[in-house]
Amino acid sequence: MFNKKRVINILLTILTLFLFIYTIFPFFVVIINSAKPSFVINTDPLALPEQWGKLIENIKIIWTKPTIRYAQSVYSSVIITISSLTTIAIFSAMAAWMLVRTKTKTSKVVFFLFLSGMVIPFQVVMFPLVAEFRMINEAIGLRMLRTYHGMIIAYIGFGSPLAVFMFHGFIKSIPLELEEAATIDGCTKPQIFFKIIVPILKPIVVTVLIMNALWVWNDFLLPALILGVGQDIQTIPLAISAFAGSFVKKWDLIMTAVLMAALPIIIGFLFGQKHIIKGMVAGSIK
Amino acid sequence: MYGFELGDDNMSRQSKEKIYFWLFLAPALLAFIIVVIIPFFMGIYYSMTDWTAIAGEEATFIGIENYKSMFTDTAFHYSFIRTFSFTIISVLSINFIALSLAILVTREIKFKNFFRAGFFIPNLIGGLVLGYIWQFIFKSVAPEIGEIIGFQWLQDALLLTESDTALVAVVMAFTWQYAGYIMMIYVAALLNVPQELIEASQIDGANFFQRLRNITIPMIAQAFTISSFLTLVTSFKQYDIIIALTNGGPTSEFAGEIVNSTEFLAVYIYNVAFKYNRMAEGQARAVVFFLILLVVSIVQVYYNQKKEVEM
Repeated sequence: MFNKKRVINILLTILTLFLFIYTIFPFFVVIINSAKPSFVINTDPLALPEQWGKLIENIKIIWTKPTIRYAQSVYSSVIITISSLTTIAIFSAMAAWMLVRTKTKTSKVVFFLFLSGMVIPFQVVMFPLVAEFRMINEAIGLRMLRTYHGMIIAYIGFGSPLAVFMFHGFIKSIPLELEEAATIDGCTKPQIFFKIIVPILKPIVVTVLIMNALWVWNDFLLPALILGVGQDIQTIPLAISAFAGSFVKKWDLIMTAVLMAALPIIIGFLFGQKHIIKGMVAGSIK
Repeated sequence: MYGFELGDDNMSRQSKEKIYFWLFLAPALLAFIIVVIIPFFMGIYYSMTDWTAIAGEEATFIGIENYKSMFTDTAFHYSFIRTFSFTIISVLSINFIALSLAILVTREIKFKNFFRAGFFIPNLIGGLVLGYIWQFIFKSVAPEIGEIIGFQWLQDALLLTESDTALVAVVMAFTWQYAGYIMMIYVAALLNVPQELIEASQIDGANFFQRLRNITIPMIAQAFTISSFLTLVTSFKQYDIIIALTNGGPTSEFAGEIVNSTEFLAVYIYNVAFKYNRMAEGQARAVVFFLILLVVSIVQVYYNQKKEVEM
């Protein structure tokens, strides 16, 4: 049966396939060039590699090269991402719950303050933030720049407005009866929050975590200012920029590093596709 | 049952609630105040001083000098114009491609879920990393493709060395990253278009384009607004891709001065402060940057509220 509709559908599938190939093409370029020696990459960037074993070799070089410190940057990125995500989620949920359940003027003002944070672009606070962190060190001797805790506090600060806002919207729809019953049973506020509210928050927690995970993992400018490029603590984007931004471009190794940075996220995405797409789109339609 | 709330017990309970209120708020609120609110006000003050950010050097108040210099700063004018061109081209390109992709992957084609995921994947890659990927593509792969298909212009063209093609290159890399994300917003909207409307129009004999114009587009108007503002703001703030792809270059000439052709505002602000060591001026430009985005946000809120009333 070759009716008109079917032909159109086949044509559209082919068109979609072309667009799909275009989308995937850069990844293809990265993969084939990660497995080439440096002298081939410039003359023949589109040829398939002669030996895929070179890929393993290049990965080893990136992983162990002392000037890149890739392994260390993976470690730092993991620590920073996990700590920031956990603290953003817990602290924002705590704040949002209190803000929803307390009907006072102060509560409204604080919520509005958080909201205002969403329209403040990073560029307008970045220079003073670095200056302020330096002042904190001078005044009370607590080092904030080039430290894990400084980096994590910065992420809580920048991440909390949107997270509080999202938790706030969700908590509003939780009926009060549960909490009232628990109060009569003699539960304290922290007990109510951690035993009753937190379990209910599960779906929105997933959304908040996903929303922030890619941001923190891929972020460049904020860690560049707080940690500094080429300093002791490096996230993966910092390590890559320090290496790829140097004078001599070793494209074979840059492509390998790029592949190593992208692969874990793509694999993670394939496992949690539905949640990830939902979480990321939810964050934008605030 | 209200008995225990009266008298002294009541007082202690109220103060207890106050303590809990602040205890629960403290971690997020303190971090937010330290990281965003205090620097925000410091920034507004610094923008009106001769601040150098050098330890031990006091900042003296100089009024609106740093804002005045904006009007004679050719590099700033140029960056402003380039940022606007980039933003407009990006908004059009991303939304056009995203909507086309969304229409394709919501039709009855095979493997549509597979395609959807595929188009979304570039969005997982950070701007910095994808900037390097595209730098390699524009520098090495594009001339190679030109050679294979016998297209002399592409073979000779070094896209990143000419000011206008470099801007288009940034748009291309950014569209590649962002279109799949915006596509998802359109997909969600398209799936909400009532099937009866489509069927009714089919019975009435409407063709694809008539349906698109009279049913689909009006029904997804809200997704259109959201996506437009989102791409507008994200393009306007673009930083990571540029740093890795062009690093602000190549140089060009504007009003008799040497300027950097892809040094859009976010990059320009950073460079004025750190590269050219004019911290206070960079901060003043950042405040202007904030004000522009604030206007955009207000327009957006106003627009959305108006829409809600109409519906």
